Amino acid sequence: MTASTKIFIRDVFKSFGTKKGDVHVLDGVNLDVREGEFLAIVGPSGCGKSTLLNCMAAFEHITRGSIQIDGVEVDEPTKKRVFVFQETGIFPWMSVWDNIGFGVDEPDFEKKHEHVMKYIHLVGLEGFEKSFPAELSGGMKQRVEFARALAVDPDVLYLDEPFGALDAFTRLEMRREIVRIWRETKKTVILVTHDVEEALELADRVAVMTRRPATIHSVIDNPMSRPRDCDTDDFRDRKHAIFKILGVERRV
Amino acid sequence: MNDVRIKIAMQSGTTAGIAVAKNLEAAGRADKSAWPAKLGWSLAGWTIFVLAWHLVTLHNKISDIPTPMQTWAALAEILEQGVLWKNVVASVFRVAWGFAIAALVGIPLGILMGWYPLSRKLLNPVVQGLRPISPIAWLPIAVTLFGGSDWLIDASDKSAIFLIFLSSFFPIVTATTAAVATIERKFLRSAANFGVTGLDLFRRVILPAAMPQILTGLRLALGIAWVVVVAAEMLGVSSGLGFQVNDARNMLRNDWVTAAMVIIALIGLALDYGISSITSATLARRGVDQR
Ligand SMILES: Nc1ncnc2c1ncn2[C@@H]1O[C@H](COP(=O)(O)OP(=O)(O)OP(=O)(O)O)[C@@H](O)[C@H]1O
Ligand SMILES: [Mg+2]
Repeated sequence: MTASTKIFIRDVFKSFGTKKGDVHVLDGVNLDVREGEFLAIVGPSGCGKSTLLNCMAAFEHITRGSIQIDGVEVDEPTKKRVFVFQETGIFPWMSVWDNIGFGVDEPDFEKKHEHVMKYIHLVGLEGFEKSFPAELSGGMKQRVEFARALAVDPDVLYLDEPFGALDAFTRLEMRREIVRIWRETKKTVILVTHDVEEALELADRVAVMTRRPATIHSVIDNPMSRPRDCDTDDFRDRKHAIFKILGVERRV
Repeated sequence: MNDVRIKIAMQSGTTAGIAVAKNLEAAGRADKSAWPAKLGWSLAGWTIFVLAWHLVTLHNKISDIPTPMQTWAALAEILEQGVLWKNVVASVFRVAWGFAIAALVGIPLGILMGWYPLSRKLLNPVVQGLRPISPIAWLPIAVTLFGGSDWLIDASDKSAIFLIFLSSFFPIVTATTAAVATIERKFLRSAANFGVTGLDLFRRVILPAAMPQILTGLRLALGIAWVVVVAAEMLGVSSGLGFQVNDARNMLRNDWVTAAMVIIALIGLALDYGISSITSATLARRGVDQR
């Protein structure tokens, strides 16, 4: 473990007990996540990407192995590491304001309001603070969820396919947004996706998972200056390398 | 932990509750037509019904099944007699008490059973076992339990209230249990993630997440309560709409019976309208239309 290691994952096994017996999902996962980096995890559907992320967030408990964050074994969910759900996890019974302020412990209303409004501005939802999620578009809901996560100022953001439910145009916009927020706030971001291009567009490094029971096959360095141009030979080479690892035939 | 909860809810009788709730919701949502068209259709439906009623009872006397016209005339009569309002008040009073107590006991119990798997394992079989017993079958027990004392409210009222309580308690408890047991995992995980626990978790997440289904359960329960109160009042009480029906029958005035039935229907509709207005007002902003 080097000084800049934020999350240290060693020999992690995870199986689920089901009626049909144990399902082995993670089979000795090793991964180091660096402080402040944008790491993407890609892998085939059902390989255990969400499971790995859930274990890092302590929503699930690992069967064997070790996950340490800042040198401490992960145990309970905490505000220091916030999870953004695939199909938004914001509360439909709360206004945008209440959702974003959900995790903010500030007894003084004025101060809390100021704080919440700051994050409403950050994600560009001015004027919608009294709206309810049902009155927002998919992209706006996702912004609310990002704001809710950022409002508690976590060190780590876990993103589980956060753009999956969005249309292509909104997805592009949200990707740009998340990169901007990441660069402004210097948080450690771990993005799970099955979209290899998305991973390469956003991340500093891309961890590639194998089929279930899964391990990390390799971690691809993706050093590109930002804003990124994804129409280069380098980009395509990396993409094809990842497809090759995943065993995907890229010609249709 | 939560998967287990969902699985158990699905295995137990609570699925019936969910299915009913879903159907009610779907029936409400599907109809997006404007109100004049809606009114037109219901008037057409009622015209067909009354016409059919008229045709099958064409030459009947009031001791047979009365015609719509005879019913209409009888309606005017019973409205004039003055006992009608007393009976309406008596029935509504019993329903209000029984329903309120059922909600006060049923919602907390449902939350307990929905949240703690152990309490559900222990209590749900009992609840589901007692549920199919018609409240009317409880009448002798109710009379034995409450027949002796006129403390606070009349003994006969107490038995009727107890029956209403029973009839609304089961739908409320079942709907609440299912609602809490099936709260989406991501909501509970979000709450845990932001360090919201204990009473705060209950107030800010569990209760509002379960609210749509609880409200549907309440609506269902009120409908059943209104059906049961009339049946309960046919036995052992001397007021209420059930008594009014029975009394009219004893006087061989079937036209008064059908007239009372019209009143029963109208009040039932009004109760349902009232509770569904409250429900839609609460849920409108969540994007759930109920009507
Ligand atoms: N609670 C659970 N109980 C039993 N099996 C589970 C549970 N959660 C996940 N699994 C199984 O673990 C495997 C990995 O699931 P996971 O959701 O982590 O996949 P994923 O890589 O995120 O897939 P996707 O890309 O489709 O989201 C799947 O085969 C799934 O059936
Ligand atoms: Mg997943």
